[in-house]
Amino acid sequence: MRALCWNGKKNVRVEHVPDPQIIDQHDAIVKVTSTAICGSDLHLYNGLMPTMERGDILGHEFMGEVVEVGPDLQGKGGKLKVGDRVVVPFTICCGECEQCRRGNFSVCERTNRNKELADQLFGHATAGLFGYTHLTGGYAGGQAEYVRVPYADVAPVKIPDGLTDEQVLFLGDIFPTGWQAAVQCDIEPQDTVAVWGAGPVGQFAMRAALLLGAKQVVAIDCVPERLGMAEAGGAIPVHFEEESVLERLGELTQGRGPEKCIDAVGLEAHVGAKHLDSLYDRAKQAMMLESDRPHVLREMMYACRPAGILSVPGVYGGLVDKIPFGAMMQKGLTLRTGQTHVNRWTDDLLKMIQDGVIDPSFVITHTVDLEDGPAMYETFRDKEDGCVKVVMKP
Amino acid sequence: MLQHTISTTTTTGVRATSPRLHRGEREATILQRARPTNRLAQGLGWFSLALGLSQLVAPRGLARIIGVRDNPRSIAGMAAVGIRELASGLGILTRTRRAPWVWMRVGGDVIDLALLGRAVTERRRRRGDMQLFGAITAVVGVTALDLFIAQRLSRGTDDVAARTRSQKQVATKVITINAAPEEVYRFWRDFENLPRFMKNVASVTMLDDRRSRWVVHGPAGLRIEWDAELVTDRVNEAISWRSLEGADVDNSGSVQFVRAPGGRGTEVWVEIRYDAPGGRMGAAIAKLFGKEPSQQAHADLRRLKQLLEVGEIVHSDSSIHHGLHPARPSRMRINPSRMQKEVLR
Repeated sequence: MRALCWNGKKNVRVEHVPDPQIIDQHDAIVKVTSTAICGSDLHLYNGLMPTMERGDILGHEFMGEVVEVGPDLQGKGGKLKVGDRVVVPFTICCGECEQCRRGNFSVCERTNRNKELADQLFGHATAGLFGYTHLTGGYAGGQAEYVRVPYADVAPVKIPDGLTDEQVLFLGDIFPTGWQAAVQCDIEPQDTVAVWGAGPVGQFAMRAALLLGAKQVVAIDCVPERLGMAEAGGAIPVHFEEESVLERLGELTQGRGPEKCIDAVGLEAHVGAKHLDSLYDRAKQAMMLESDRPHVLREMMYACRPAGILSVPGVYGGLVDKIPFGAMMQKGLTLRTGQTHVNRWTDDLLKMIQDGVIDPSFVITHTVDLEDGPAMYETFRDKEDGCVKVVMKP
Repeated sequence: MLQHTISTTTTTGVRATSPRLHRGEREATILQRARPTNRLAQGLGWFSLALGLSQLVAPRGLARIIGVRDNPRSIAGMAAVGIRELASGLGILTRTRRAPWVWMRVGGDVIDLALLGRAVTERRRRRGDMQLFGAITAVVGVTALDLFIAQRLSRGTDDVAARTRSQKQVATKVITINAAPEEVYRFWRDFENLPRFMKNVASVTMLDDRRSRWVVHGPAGLRIEWDAELVTDRVNEAISWRSLEGADVDNSGSVQFVRAPGGRGTEVWVEIRYDAPGGRMGAAIAKLFGKEPSQQAHADLRRLKQLLEVGEIVHSDSSIHHGLHPARPSRMRINPSRMQKEVLR
């Protein structure tokens, strides 16, 4: 089969690799019909996440049709059978360990095959993820024609007829990720929610915040078409290179600051002369003295209204520097973060899509063949050609 | 929340205490008395290594610091002293009996003082005086410390401490498994089940009721074998075993099954004692490669948890074959029903 393989920094290639096969009893093989490039894939592309191996298959946002199931899923009128159409969440979970039973699916205790490695780096390991470094298990990803899905009767979401791939594909990651980011904010009717980053996750976080009843949502970015997309969704755009974020947030909240702040940017914050700290981070990164660029974290801590909440769906991988933790503590801020517990939200969100409350396909700007994947990584990274979200058809 | 209480303590003295395991109290007090001396000795060992290295790497710089002229003769002397320091440092850090190596330091101190004394008599300018006398004062201080520790170590506490410290490495690990103690005990008591979750154990064959033959994959493809006997067998509570005379790696172990509070299943406490090849240094090197027994015990317990809770150990694409390989499907034809038994490594 064909698959997009990581071959080093800024080197993604279409390769012919063996077809996946059933290995464990609860496995299924899914024939991919749609797969997307995630903003967090760009961290891999830019070589910022440790423990990638040359030849790893990328991709953790995908859906398709079940073509084969493992011995344990055969017969028994099981939850999953050949022919089912499923969206596969990026987090692999067993559904039975204590964390899964609490709904903390992204920290499943069983699915990360490389726990030793992750324990050393993070203290404790988190769940296995598709196509996202060996630290999270070393599972082949979904930017391919076929994928082997472990514990296939647990996480994958069966899709009813009458919905297109484009409508439901994002149930596997970015839609629940944006949703969880907003839910974590405990939104109240008088709240201003400021969202840094108007990429796909930011777009969903903004819409989620409005659906959850926020008074106003502010979108902070520097890409005009992304700000335009946010505005179309009901957010107030702030172009951080043309105006001062802190001043604008002050104006919009009568000086109080936003009650809730969401970091939908993560470890690769924009580097620009307007933000001296971003230059400092870039320099330290080049000298390998810091792995992540936390400009957004700093600004959120400074901007947020005392006793507010910071929610961080953006991906961080290692160490950050010069965090104004004094502001964080003195202002009594709450920090909530984590990889998305996808299956906590999928039932509700699928229903919202069916009811027409939201159509997630609005973020898609490019639909291409898998062959064009490598080129699209570059386009997406450089935010060229109005690119917000790329969907590939293997 | 207790799901992953893992306590890691290898080596010297204090360990995370597992329930119901009693250690001789006498031995414990001796250990406690010996500990500060040993720690100081270890400090001296590292000091020797650091000093020796800097004498070899930057002899001129060091000569200037202590106020000795940096002519070829003193540089050669510096290198010789450096090699001596390295030897005593390595000796203190790696050997089980430390006393002789600390005495070697005392001897070295005397030589150093003699050398510095000559430097005083040979000096022509007064410029390096401050540094030179500073160096002499420092060496006198260190000599006193060396002498004190060497004497204490020689007085016998050293040997007791050494025996427990490095000949026997101890690894204690615990994991909570969501299954009844009876079930976990039954699974473990059938020793032939052990290779299913112990990555390095190739096979365990029961020879009779109490004795079993173990075959283990050692480093660099070595096959290590030994016979072991059952020592304790308390139904649903504890099992312990030890290797018999003539084992390649002398080892013993115990496992206890304690009902976890709040209906969380069973706490499985494992303690493994073994002769680390190469003593502490060997263990430290093994640790770097993740091959150290306490790390392996940790990983083994996780596999046991998966096996007992789910009935299988999940494989990722990068864990199918031995060694590092990319996360992509295997070229090999895989039979899922045999996967659990065969391709664990």
